[in-house]
Amino acid sequence: MKAVKVENLTKKFGEFTAVDNISFDIEEGEIFGLLGPNGAGKTTTISMLATMAKATAGKAVINGYDMKTSQDGVRKSIGIVFQDQSLDEELTARENMDFHGRLYRIPKEVREERIEELLRLVGLFERKDDLVKTFSGGMRRRLEIARGLLHRPKVLFLDEPTLGLDPQTRNYLWEYIEKLNQDFKISVIITTHYMEEADRLCDRIGIIDKGKIVAMDTPENLKDRIGGDIITVKSPDYREKIKDCGFFWIDRTEFFDGFFTITLSGAEEHLTEIISALIGQGIKITSVSMHKPTLEDVFLHYTGRSIRDEEAGAKDRMRMMHMVRRH
Amino acid sequence: MDVIYTIWLRNVKRYIRSKSRIVGSLGMPVFFLIFLGFGLNSVVTIPGASENYTEFLVPGIVAMSVLFTSIFAGIQIIWDKQFGFLKETLVAPVSRFEIMLGQTFGGATTAIIQGGIILVLSLFIGLSFPGLTGSLIAAGFMILIGIAFTALGIAIASRMEDMNGFQLIMSFLVFPLFGLSGAMFPISSLPPLFKTLTLFDPLTYGVEGVRYGLTGASQIDPVISLAVLFSFSVVMIMLGGYLFKAVKV
Repeated sequence: MKAVKVENLTKKFGEFTAVDNISFDIEEGEIFGLLGPNGAGKTTTISMLATMAKATAGKAVINGYDMKTSQDGVRKSIGIVFQDQSLDEELTARENMDFHGRLYRIPKEVREERIEELLRLVGLFERKDDLVKTFSGGMRRRLEIARGLLHRPKVLFLDEPTLGLDPQTRNYLWEYIEKLNQDFKISVIITTHYMEEADRLCDRIGIIDKGKIVAMDTPENLKDRIGGDIITVKSPDYREKIKDCGFFWIDRTEFFDGFFTITLSGAEEHLTEIISALIGQGIKITSVSMHKPTLEDVFLHYTGRSIRDEEAGAKDRMRMMHMVRRH
Repeated sequence: MDVIYTIWLRNVKRYIRSKSRIVGSLGMPVFFLIFLGFGLNSVVTIPGASENYTEFLVPGIVAMSVLFTSIFAGIQIIWDKQFGFLKETLVAPVSRFEIMLGQTFGGATTAIIQGGIILVLSLFIGLSFPGLTGSLIAAGFMILIGIAFTALGIAIASRMEDMNGFQLIMSFLVFPLFGLSGAMFPISSLPPLFKTLTLFDPLTYGVEGVRYGLTGASQIDPVISLAVLFSFSVVMIMLGGYLFKAVKV
């Protein structure tokens, strides 16, 4: 049985399509990543799968429960860490856990045993009787993850789990998520706009852009599809001059505003040759860089835009979504 | 039942921990009691009643205290919405009506504690102890006021995006509810139009019920008060439950 099965899931806010006909499966014990810029539809997807938002169309089955017909079955099967904090700051760590355990109707003895075990696991046992408002961002995240595991869910949803955390805490959380996945044999669906995070953690990644999944595979395969190393040349005026110069690599080139990329295997060996040829054509070069393909390149390849550029534009889109939602 | 208790417990825990809130919301009713009670006691006599004005005023202020605390307790779910905690509750495999009931009873409990404190303080400024039966009757009415108006607060909060509208509700809902309720003046001596208005105010029946319990006298038959207030509570729970069901986070 698949842990999660999503078919043609769609969500519209008025005219705006936030999630556009997406389909994917998650195997048991798999870590699946939804990678995309802010506003791409990741959180909306998670909300629908977690029964917090109604899908406009499509179907999802989680742990054998249909999202539409057995909402409570789905809710019992999932643990979720929301993008925004959802702890009660006026309660202690233990009380937050206890509240959750009671809501999920876990019997007292089991509840207390698991709370202790999980708080130890996330390294918060010593602080169990401190109010959450005294906790740092990383501690709060760990507590939320522990809480999400309390009712032994089959699928754990992590919506941007490391957003706003410092690199050290982020690394720590990554190790932690990997450990959970192995120890509990739990399926994890993680949304992120950090390439590194997706690359490091996920068994498979769905790249999501403007509500659509544009590519889905293992991180290795996605990067292999790029087909070689990437040379990025920044140049203000290349477009006119590069057209008919007949370089052998021209059909392995993608053109963008103010820069172009060349994908070649063994790029090091061709670098001097390429640069001399460009200079020979009178093309001004601002900078040249070369790297092994990353998910950033994969994103660029499939969407024609860099995920960092997307960050700015996404804010407007989110604002628009918010307005639409109000009406 | 577990779920209702869980949510109730959280509300009560939070209340007990917020010392400043307890003291803060005692301030206004206490000042009302002292200023109005002592200030007007010697100049105001209630027509056709043996009690003095302070004794007349105490039930009104107790009811006011329960009203303010319960409406505020209901509206507080907006904070839960804004601070994200509501999501944690809503994503759990429990019905929204249970959550709403837990919030209602939690809010009502805090409101009754607030009212009870005022009641005890009143004993020091002239209220004579009403006896056990009287106290229980008063407590019963306080519970109903607490439940009805916490539920109303939840109903309102379910339709509000943030706390911006709070002042509006205080000025145009809570204060008129209090002012029209006959908490501060006997309704029998009002001009007819005004009197009709007070009879449409559900809090009137609460105040009259508490007053019957505490002083043994009231202008509305306590059975009628009980029937009206009880029905109002049921309607408010239905309304709150209905609107809370549609809450989006």
